[in-house]
This record gives sequence, C-alpha cells and structure tokens, in this order.
Amino acid sequence: MGKDIVATIKENVIQGRKTQEDVGIDESLTGTPGVMELVQQALESSISPHVIITEGLTAGMEVVGEKYSTKEYFIPDMLASAEAVGAAMDLLKPILESSNVETKGKFAIATVKGDIHDIGKNIVAILLKGAGYEVHDLGTDVPTEKVVEFVREEKPGYLGLSALLTTTMTEMGVVIKALEENKLRSSVKVLIGGAAVSEEFAQEIGADVYCVDGFAAVKVLEAFEIAKS
Amino acid sequence: MPRKGILVHRPYERLTREQVELIHRASMQILTDPGLISFNREAVDILHSHGAAVESMAGDRQNWQVKIPEQLVLKALNTAPKTVKLGARNPDNALIMHGDEPRVYFITGSETNMWLDVDFPTYVNKADPTREIKIPEFKPRRGTVDDLCQSAHVCEHLEMVDGYIRTVNIQDRDITEDNKDINKFFASLNNNTKHFMSGLTSLKQLDNVVRMAELVAGGKKALEDNPIISFITCLVKSPLQFVDDTTATFIEVCRRGLPVAVSSSPQAGTTAPIKEAGIMAQINAEVLAGITLGQLVKPGTPVLYGSVPVRARMDTLGDSYGSVETSQYNIDCVQMARSYGLPNYSTSGVCDSKIPGQQSSIERLFSDIVVAMSGPQFLHCAFGLLDCNSVFCLLQAVLDDAHFKMIEFFLRQPRIDQPELEAMLKQIREVVATPQKLYIGHIRPLLRSGEISGIYPFEGSGEADDVFELAYERMKELLARPVDYIDRKTTARIFEEIHGILPRLNIYERGS
Repeated sequence: MGKDIVATIKENVIQGRKTQEDVGIDESLTGTPGVMELVQQALESSISPHVIITEGLTAGMEVVGEKYSTKEYFIPDMLASAEAVGAAMDLLKPILESSNVETKGKFAIATVKGDIHDIGKNIVAILLKGAGYEVHDLGTDVPTEKVVEFVREEKPGYLGLSALLTTTMTEMGVVIKALEENKLRSSVKVLIGGAAVSEEFAQEIGADVYCVDGFAAVKVLEAFEIAKS
Repeated sequence: MPRKGILVHRPYERLTREQVELIHRASMQILTDPGLISFNREAVDILHSHGAAVESMAGDRQNWQVKIPEQLVLKALNTAPKTVKLGARNPDNALIMHGDEPRVYFITGSETNMWLDVDFPTYVNKADPTREIKIPEFKPRRGTVDDLCQSAHVCEHLEMVDGYIRTVNIQDRDITEDNKDINKFFASLNNNTKHFMSGLTSLKQLDNVVRMAELVAGGKKALEDNPIISFITCLVKSPLQFVDDTTATFIEVCRRGLPVAVSSSPQAGTTAPIKEAGIMAQINAEVLAGITLGQLVKPGTPVLYGSVPVRARMDTLGDSYGSVETSQYNIDCVQMARSYGLPNYSTSGVCDSKIPGQQSSIERLFSDIVVAMSGPQFLHCAFGLLDCNSVFCLLQAVLDDAHFKMIEFFLRQPRIDQPELEAMLKQIREVVATPQKLYIGHIRPLLRSGEISGIYPFEGSGEADDVFELAYERMKELLARPVDYIDRKTTARIFEEIHGILPRLNIYERGS
C-alpha cells in the first residue's frame, strides 16, 4: 500500500499534476489525486518524508529530467512537475524541520535594481524549489541594500541575481561589491543569469558562476551541495 | 474519406473582379484574332466541325490557323466538371477538388533528367586538426527507375505530400521509348498509394497504362469511380500553337474519360509578353483553347486548368522560376481558374538554385507561401526540385515537407470567437493575480494537441547548422519504412498482360 502511494506520487510528478484538478499528459488521470493529495495520504499512512522525497518526488523529477533531455518533454512540462514537487515540499517542510531532517540549501533570488524583467528569475525559482531548495524570491527591481540585508539576516547559502538589460547588469557587480564591503561575500555563493550576461561578465564582477538557464542553476547547486557534503 | 488538403479561408487575390473580366475578354479576342496555329489535323477537324474558323497555312509542316469563337469556349466551360476527383490506390488518399473552393493540395513534380546524390565528407581544420566539420557534397547523375522507386517511396511517407507526379526521368539502358511509360507508371504506383499524375512519352502506351490502372483499381468501373491516375498534357506550346503529338495524346486521354491537366507554360519575355496583362491574357487563352478542345472530344471530361507561367532570366533568357513575377502570374492564374469554377493546377516552389541551401530555401519558400495563400487546388509545388526543374534531390524533398508543414499551420483559420475570448479573459485575470504572473501553466494542455506549431525539425544543437545531416537521417528513416506494394496476384496479372515492365520491378519475383 505504502509503496503504491509512493509510486503514484512519482507517476504524478512525471505527469506534472500538482492537484486532482490538473490535467497531466495522460488525460485519463484528471480527477484522480495529484501530488499534494497523495503526499497528504502518504503522511497519514505514516510513510516517512524521506521515502516520499527520495522514492516519490526526486525519483519522479529524475524521469522528468531524462524526458526533457530526450526532447520528449518541454519546459512547461518541467515547470509543471517542479511546481508539483515544490508544493509537496511546502507540505513536508514543517515535518522535516520538527524531525531535524537536514534539507537542501536556502536560495535567494532577485532581479537587480532598475530591471523589472522576471520570466527567467521565476522559472529558476520554480525549478529550484522543485529540486528541493528553500527558495526566497525577493522580487524585481530590488535595491542592493535589501539584498544585503536579506543575506545578513537569513543567511542563504546561494544568491541568484538576474538582469535582462545591458543597462542594469552592472548592478550585479554593485551587489557583489556591497556584500564584500559588509563582509558577507564569503558566506554566499553568487549565481548570475539573464540574457545580457555571460561567463566572462561573471568573472569580471567576481560572481561565483554564470548560469545559462534554470536547468544550469539546478546542476550548479547540486554540484555545490555535493562538494559541501 | 479523401485527403483534406488545406482550406484557405480568405485566399490572397491580386486581381480585382474587373481585372479578371478584362483578362477574360482579352483572351476571347486572342482566340479569334490571331487564334491558334494547330499542327494537329484532328484538333482542327474537331474544332472546325463545331464552328471554329479554320484556314490552312503555308509552311514546311502542315498547319492551320484556328479561330475559336467565344460561344464554343463558353459551352466547354459549361460542360467541364466543376468538381474533379483524383482517386488513389489507398482511397483515403483521394483528392476532391471543387473549382470554387480555395483548397491546397501539395503535389510533387515535374520530371527531371538529373538525380542529385548527397554525401557528407569530413573536413579537418588545418590550424586545429582536432576540429572537424561535415559538409554536404551534391553529385548529379542521370535518373534511373530505381531512383523513381525511391522517390515514390519517400513521398508516400512524407506527410504533406498529397499526390505524386513522377519526379525523375528514367534513363536506364533497358528503358526505351516503347517501355518507358509502363515502367514509370508501375514503379510509381507500386511504391506510392497516393494519386499519380504523369505525362506520356508514347501515345502507343496509353492503353497499356490505362489497363494497368484498371487492374490496380479493380476493374474498368472501379477506375472510373476511383481514377487512381491522371495525365498532364502540354498540348499548347506558347505562343498559341497546338503541338501535333501532345495534342494527339490529349485527345486520346479525353476519349478515355480520365482526368487531365491542360497545361500551358509560357515564358514572359520570350514566348509571351513580359508584362503581366499580356502573359495573363495569352496563358488564359491557351488553357481555355485546350479545355475547349477536350470538352468537344468528350463533354464532361474532368480537366484541371493548368498553369506553369514563368518569367525569363535576363542574363540567359532561360526560365527564372525564382523570380517574384513568376509567383504573381501563378496567383493570377489561380484566380482566373476560380472565376470559371474550374479546379486549378498551379505551380510554386521551383527555384533557380542548383543545390539545396539558402538560395533554394528562400526562392522556394517565398513562392510556396504566397501561391498556397491564393488557394490553388492542385499545387504542383516542385517537391525536391532544383535548378529550374532540371534536378531532383530527395534530401530537398524532405526539407520541403517541413516547410509545407509550416505553411499548413500558417493557413489555419484564426480561432477568435466569444467563448474563446471569454476563456482568455478568465485566464488573464487568473494569471495576473498570481505572484509569478506566468502563463506557462496554460501552455501544457495545448502542447500535444497540435495547437502549437512545432520547432523546425532539423534544428541543430547549439550553433551548429546540422539541417542537411538531420534531414538526411530523416530521409534514410523514411526509406527504411515498409512500402504498401501492389499485391502479388495483381502484380502477376500486370506482368502477364502488359509486356515490357522490367522484371526487377516485380518485388515478388526478384528474390530479395
């Protein structure tokens, strides 16, 4: 029974069905429980959060990743699955915290001052949340002081900075300089992304890494987590 | 259920109603002054017996001036069917064309002498030998019956190909004028279940070809109901001349009641005036003259208003199918045919470029889009053809199929109605209220429904231009798919009754 629920969670992650109202790839599933309802059922059946995460959510996302790499799935499919996993993680978070289970890192993301473009930022946030990170979205046109303050108070392990415009990308360097001045730079890995920026630009302003897209961000963070452990 | 083709809801038209009428009037005047020169005696007799004025002309070869009165043309337009069915071995591949309905069917052709092979040799960077690149090399050679089989086979599996006109002239050592027609018809019909249209090399083979079609269709009546083959005849040579042999073929095809495209191919600047008004008045007169003759031979003969107008190149005076004017003439012809309520056979996609590449893509895609937008019924769209229709390349045909998929999508009717807009307003309000404000979640139900156009199928990875290599892989994949051959019993009967078909074309006897 327990195994069946976990397998169904995995299948619904692959289908990208957060709730029972969602339409997956297989339309016949519409109306049947989605990931959130299934996770709730699993918890009520005393299945451990660790099993739900590893054998249900993460295992499902791995299949989704494979399907994306073989072009069977598209970004909207990936995002639907990531959103389902993100919502499930919100359900599991209090239980994980009360049982002192170590979670993945804390990730803050912001579109820098002067820039209101947020499609890429939002996609990165959804994908990382789906990958199990605690994501804090600081929004768009975020003043440098607000970013610095967040890093000081919340101590995220990772900071993502986004900019679309050549006129605003320089603000990324301003944020990094402010982190240095406040002696916070070594506490946080800075990832940058956006249409205007590049690998060279990341090196120039002293960012830790440039991510070409949201999938790259997931990979980069996984690598950092492995190195950390 | 016949093939759907693409219904063009609001066809692009260049001519006003008044201009259509002016062209018609000018064509009627041309048919009486100067009329046509006929090198075919029988055509002269038929037209004369129905009221055309005929006068013998001086010259090395016997010829007559024929003046066709307007009432004869109008009578022919009255008896010519307004709906023409082109059947198919697989009845689901039949084409139904209504003269007043702008619908596009993509058809291959014409016949080329040369076949273009492609290979991908690897080149190494002199400065950095670790860097390699594959560059396509194209090698032309004379076409063979095996090539025709391959072409028919691939076109069978290409989704956007609605019908098949033989693409390559078979020039094997064992092909003669006497056995060419039966071999090209058998090779095409055996490897392709879509409608097959062809010209005839020798009138002597007409009855063998028709008998072959009867055997494949299931008898004389079955062929009548499901005409799996049709013919194309260029009986009029521009300017305004009935050619002896093709006119004789046309008359005999009409007597057998099978569908036939009456095609004229004037070249603006040499065999027709270079100005649009002039070539249009002339080509319309030429096509109407052919249709009139056909309806006098056998009223009710299913005919297509065939048009292959082209502008001359100014540097060589050869055909310039890639010129913009060529597309304009073809669109005008579509409109003229529709004004008569006749199904149209129009032309697009022919390019001046000699090999697949940027020039080829630009030239063919430009005319394919604009002519398709005019809603010709039977679009002879130069599938795979290059170098002004003198070379066929299977790789190009695979590329063309992808282009036509895009055109098909483009020609879809917009879905904008009250329920749709209400659903969209609901969606907009919902999404705007979310923190992320992204509509991506609403894409998903449409992703696999066909409502969103696909990525170009031959897109390379990264910055690499892998179009040709990917299309080549697709071509090989299509060639590896099975063919729905004519069944063993019918094949045996065809070989028994019709002599001269190459034994190697009998897949049941060749032992492989």
